[in-house]
Amino acid sequence: MQISTARLLLIGLGAVAVASFLPLWASGYVLGLLILAYYFGVFAMAWDLLFGFAGEVNFGPTFLIGVGAYTAGILDNLYQPPIWLCIAAGTAAAVAGGLVLALPALRVRGPYFGLTTLVAVLMLQNFIVVDAHLTGGEIGLTVPDVISISDTTNYLIALWFMAISGAILFSLSRSPVGLILQASGQDAVQAGALGFNVTKHKITAFVISAFFSGLAGSLLVFYLGSASVGTFIDVTVGVQIIISAVLGGRRTILGAVLGSIFLIAMSEALRPLGDLANFIVFGMALIVVLLYPNGFFGLLTRTREDA
Amino acid sequence: MGSEARRDAMTVFWQILIDGFAISSLYALGATGFALIFGVSGVLNLSHGSLMVAAVVAAWAAGDSLHAGPYMGAAVGVAVGFSLSLLTYFVVVNPLQRTRKIREEEKEIFILTATLLWGIMIQQLIAYFYTDNAKTVAPIVQGVVAIAGVRTPSNEIFTAIVCGLAIALLWLLVNRTRAGKAVLAASMNPRGITLLGVELSHVYVAVWAIYGVLVGVAGVLLGMFLGISSYSAGPLTASAFSIVVLGGLGSVPGALVAAYVVGYLETITAYLISPAYRTIPALLLLILVMYVRPRGLLGRR
Repeated sequence: MQISTARLLLIGLGAVAVASFLPLWASGYVLGLLILAYYFGVFAMAWDLLFGFAGEVNFGPTFLIGVGAYTAGILDNLYQPPIWLCIAAGTAAAVAGGLVLALPALRVRGPYFGLTTLVAVLMLQNFIVVDAHLTGGEIGLTVPDVISISDTTNYLIALWFMAISGAILFSLSRSPVGLILQASGQDAVQAGALGFNVTKHKITAFVISAFFSGLAGSLLVFYLGSASVGTFIDVTVGVQIIISAVLGGRRTILGAVLGSIFLIAMSEALRPLGDLANFIVFGMALIVVLLYPNGFFGLLTRTREDA
Repeated sequence: MGSEARRDAMTVFWQILIDGFAISSLYALGATGFALIFGVSGVLNLSHGSLMVAAVVAAWAAGDSLHAGPYMGAAVGVAVGFSLSLLTYFVVVNPLQRTRKIREEEKEIFILTATLLWGIMIQQLIAYFYTDNAKTVAPIVQGVVAIAGVRTPSNEIFTAIVCGLAIALLWLLVNRTRAGKAVLAASMNPRGITLLGVELSHVYVAVWAIYGVLVGVAGVLLGMFLGISSYSAGPLTASAFSIVVLGGLGSVPGALVAAYVVGYLETITAYLISPAYRTIPALLLLILVMYVRPRGLLGRR
């Protein structure tokens, strides 16, 4: 049995309300970590919509994020328009990127599509490094503006942005649209035979995923005040997003946030161990994948059912 | 065109031909095993690059820092590639193939994620024990020879010969021995071979063992050719992946052809345009092939 949508949203809202009071006693350091975890949570939720529901193995979540983040950052760097305009432009660019990515998805499937997305990331990375005069190349891009320098403000923006994105993506996944996406992901021919427009729904999924990835990416640029290949585009960033979603429990949307908070908290807690820290974190992730394929969210909901 | 300019152009031409051949042979060896595993068991092993790096670092550690000599070092490197490959199969891939907790159609993504995580773990462990500085394995063959007026390191020729031999041996193994024929048959129709009374899991173990040797040899040769660090793992996996897709997933001959196409395309770009653009034309070609002919150059499906 699934827990009802309304009840899960209510639990989520409660958690967000409690988290809103965190700045009262948590240090700036903890808030900084959580801000990152929240933005990565949005990345992972957007990825889960494509993989968990539309069945598209997207190895390049960072392609959409990177296009959004760099568009916003470069625009701000060149002309300094109001920040909201940069963010809007970044989001729009990411949506355009999502459409570009959707084209091969309609033709090729499974690992082939996965590779196309990986290639998209590598190409973007190449172009950013080569066009160094515009993008800052391997050193990275510094943007002149930030949304706010207050930790509390940044924290609340990140938290509520994540909460609203999560609510929208989650409701969408439990709506008829989510079911149709799931059907076309599992058997596109049969879904088409039942009269659903598979192409339209897939493109919609890409556009929505790209919208949230790009928006979160642009917001993150104006929180960090910089953009670099290492933080936004590199394949390892994409891997981190995918692992967050799988750890949290795929096809749950909300689990992705748990996964990303866990991943960031663990790597921070084990940081004194150096390279060994990542070994332990990824080892734990591997154990979860091997033994509990439904992730944290699967464990949580199962124990609740047993009770 | 003056005669000097023409001579320069000829030199560059020969350089591209020779360098490209050595690089392509290495790519071919690396990608063959990857294609074999996919063909037989449908597994895309994303820890491929990490296994290669592990072989390089083992060869370096044994040969250079423990002074065991280049032959011993190479042997240790191949042995590490072989054992890690079997470990990958028994610890990561096999449990996921057997589990009932995951639906069949989702197993692919789970194996991808798990091998990716496993690869990163190996990579981090290497970085922890041996830092992430680039390692170069002392070549077995040293010195320089002139081919058509181009000074070529003997090591490049050695690399090309060993790769060619290894691939020829693989061909003999697959086409002339009973166990090899079972592997070939499994890559064509896994269900058919179980009907003939062959235990499919034995075939899988055999394939991973062959793959392990190939990865070890390719890794050690690569380490003699270039400096390899733990950062190289991702790009190595990506290049094997794209060569195999370009050639047609699961088709070993396709992977061989694609390896030479990619190797030469990269070398030509590096020489004639700029080393910074080295990988871009191959990526563009890959996208083009996937649009026009998604099953790859020699793919069956």
